[in-house]
Amino acid sequence: MKQRLPLMVFLVLLALGPLFLPEFYVTLLNYIGLYSIVALGLVLLTGVGGLTSFGQAAFVGLGAYATGYLTTAHGLSPWIALLVGLGVTAGVALVLGFLTLRLSGHYLPLGTIAWGISLYFLFGNLEFLGGHTGLTGIPVLEFFGLKLNTGREFYYLIWVVLLSFVLATQNLLDSREGRAIRALKGGGLMAESMGVNTARTKTTIFLIAALFACVSGWLYAHLQRFVNPTPFGLHIGIEYLFMAVVGGAAHVWGALVGAGLITILKQWLQDILPKIFGQSGNFEVIFFGIMLILVLQRAREGIWPWLVRLVPVRQGRRTVAEAEALPRREMPAAGTVLLEVKEARKQFGGLVANDNMNLSVKAGEVMALIGPNGAGKSTMFNCISGVDPVTSGEIRFLGERIDTLTSREIARRGMGRTFQHVRLLPTMSVLENVAIGAHLRGSKGVLSASLHLERAEEARLLAEAKRQLERVGLGAHLFDEAGSLPLGQQRVLEIARALSADPCLLLLDEPAAGLRYLEKQALAELLRRLRGEGMGILLVEHDMDFVMGLADRVVVMEFGEKISEGLPEEVQKDPVVLEAYLGGVE
Amino acid sequence: MDLQIALLLGQDGIVNGAIYALLALALVLVFAVTRVIFIPQGEFVAYGALTLAAFQAGKTPGTLWLLLGAGVLVAFIDSIMAVRAGAPGRLKRIALWDLALPAVVAGLVLWLEPGTLPLAAQVVLALAIVVPLGPMVYRLAYQPLAEASVLVLLIVSVAVHLALVGLGLLFFGAEGSRTTPFSEAQFALGTLTVNGQTLWVLGASAVLIIALYQFFGRTLYGKALRATAINRVGARLMGISNTMAGKLSFTLAAGIGAFSGILIAPITTVYYDTGFLVGLKGFVAAIIAGLVSYPLAAAGAILVGLLESFSSFWASAFKEVIVFTLIIPVLVWRSLTSHHVEEEE
Repeated sequence: MKQRLPLMVFLVLLALGPLFLPEFYVTLLNYIGLYSIVALGLVLLTGVGGLTSFGQAAFVGLGAYATGYLTTAHGLSPWIALLVGLGVTAGVALVLGFLTLRLSGHYLPLGTIAWGISLYFLFGNLEFLGGHTGLTGIPVLEFFGLKLNTGREFYYLIWVVLLSFVLATQNLLDSREGRAIRALKGGGLMAESMGVNTARTKTTIFLIAALFACVSGWLYAHLQRFVNPTPFGLHIGIEYLFMAVVGGAAHVWGALVGAGLITILKQWLQDILPKIFGQSGNFEVIFFGIMLILVLQRAREGIWPWLVRLVPVRQGRRTVAEAEALPRREMPAAGTVLLEVKEARKQFGGLVANDNMNLSVKAGEVMALIGPNGAGKSTMFNCISGVDPVTSGEIRFLGERIDTLTSREIARRGMGRTFQHVRLLPTMSVLENVAIGAHLRGSKGVLSASLHLERAEEARLLAEAKRQLERVGLGAHLFDEAGSLPLGQQRVLEIARALSADPCLLLLDEPAAGLRYLEKQALAELLRRLRGEGMGILLVEHDMDFVMGLADRVVVMEFGEKISEGLPEEVQKDPVVLEAYLGGVE
Repeated sequence: MDLQIALLLGQDGIVNGAIYALLALALVLVFAVTRVIFIPQGEFVAYGALTLAAFQAGKTPGTLWLLLGAGVLVAFIDSIMAVRAGAPGRLKRIALWDLALPAVVAGLVLWLEPGTLPLAAQVVLALAIVVPLGPMVYRLAYQPLAEASVLVLLIVSVAVHLALVGLGLLFFGAEGSRTTPFSEAQFALGTLTVNGQTLWVLGASAVLIIALYQFFGRTLYGKALRATAINRVGARLMGISNTMAGKLSFTLAAGIGAFSGILIAPITTVYYDTGFLVGLKGFVAAIIAGLVSYPLAAAGAILVGLLESFSSFWASAFKEVIVFTLIIPVLVWRSLTSHHVEEEE
């Protein structure tokens, strides 16, 4: 309860506000609320998801103009107009998202600048939208027979909408879909390998941010009761992003802090600057620009994290509730061929990284892939797991050809992997990192996550993650930040993550690197146990004691090709292998 | 539309396209070397044009005070860092470039009454005020963040743009200005009249593009910039300072921007915020080139210029809508031709 105290105080003040504040401040708070709704969308999109948009003001405009036009020209109810506005916004966002989200980083923001300008000029030049003068006479909003005539009455609507959006966003981020969203920034490739459809996830948050903006525009139109193009221009779009960044783009409350601060500051600067400079104009942009640069240079996380540190809130002890185990995949019988690689070839431009590679892995065996550095082992891994497909050749998994599938589809079929260069989300907890691995074992979507209707499934996913972490020996670190673990343990975390997907084939890229002797023994023990349960394991490893003590069969690679294959003791005596590792005898 | 009008529009489009081409080249250059998407390019266009216009109106341009102020600020920060780093040898250079140079420019401007000078001298003085702002902006806004992601740098660019536009309003007011043309001559080409200024724009653009080409192909600094563009770390290991490369590319971009502004000022009325849209059209061209290819950027710029002038004839109200919507098919084409799973930093 103690942790919630600041929130309670804030909510009480907010609720009592209009009862004693003068009109001016109520209006100010109304605008802060409207801007916060848009900035909240940007927190999700930019701060959490890593996609930058300067064009949110245009979506606000779509919401405002949809209701402005439909209620004045066609006499429709504002509520129907809201639905139409949301529909139009969703359509536009889907098209724009489809066009720009697949492109690398900077094309999206550039695209948003372009359509931000386009839509603005469109609003100003379409006859039926009133051109640059805009639309007047937008009706008052009626709520169960209650007319929201004044700003004081409107206040509650705005803030209830905003706070429910905040709650929904918070819920969403703390869920299976939320982990996928949080993985987008800096973990896209890993997330795809865990079965997350990153393109769909990106489109989803883009859509949510656009719909938030649209609702803000709808509220704005009925509060102002007229619309013109000015508040939907690119500069306002930039201001929204500015609010999110200054407030703390990675935190939902950062949106409110940013919107509040910028709105109040703008009001104040617009009052005093013309007096100082002796002429009128939007001089506040000078200060906003400089302030934004300083924030990015000095405190890139924004104001919210800094505010949080001022209020010492003790984190309660967190636990993972026991939950029913997730259903498991039916394991193929021991000895079944899981993976077959035939004549695989991988070329990067003129460089042939793998050529003429053949290997197979059966259920219930550990196959080791060894070879000197640069032999092409990790490339082979990436080909098999679909991260970087083969140039030619055939790869079959459980009898099905997978060399044309994406890493996501391959993961779905029961192949799990770890990475040579650890791919974790360092600021997320160990538990949540592992839960991403179980992504495909849940099915509840964004909507039920926002309403927290998926708690039962979520509990099962987290319990599974916990179970796998305990299994690999990281049970004491569930709530540590993943980035705080030593490198060796981060590798083990990756194994737990792969296991929580319930795979039947496990690809491990140097799992023992960075582990101490006893940890290595524990890892070998775990792998033996997994083998005993019928799992197939393909292992790349440089520690020969580890490999030879564990592997059932060994494939040796050099210069992208297989030079030897057989039982560990055979391979160790093979003169070709000895030459590859130790150099030839003159 | 008859041939006469088509020719006129074509001429218009090519002139504007030449300016966009210059800007697009500068944008590609800055992005390749520093990974900065240089939104404030347009402000340098406006500053160049309006500084010259201020001379001709007999006023002291506010950009002069900005130059002095930015110089003092850069000198202050760099001196502190030089002293802290125990390298007082740097102080002499700082004093020369950040304090003495702006002071000399200021002295000349205040003493010479630039409005009475020949046009060429006015242009040189205007460039002397605006161009040094380029590296100073780099030093103050970007250099502390040089290793940040493209997206952070982009947000910084937008912030710099905001600040410079606001300062532009403060210095030059909300009214637009025009400057006297470089040449009043008119040539009859069949039924088409070609203005001297048109030829100036085309000629100057061609000369600048060739000069840039020579600079990158034949000079040590040009090659240093290219090396940085290809591999920042590698270039640094070879002794090419990324800071130097950043400042140099910003100097070039500021120079190209300011000179473009000076070229168009006699043709169109320039306002404090005109540069933004002009710069963005350069961007559309640069994006057509994927922010990497110079010849494609130039071709894209001509296309943008033509599209703009013809759409201003058919649907003048929707001119901007059409030009900026052009980016969408371009992005589609880009998305269909690039097939890599990217991993953001």
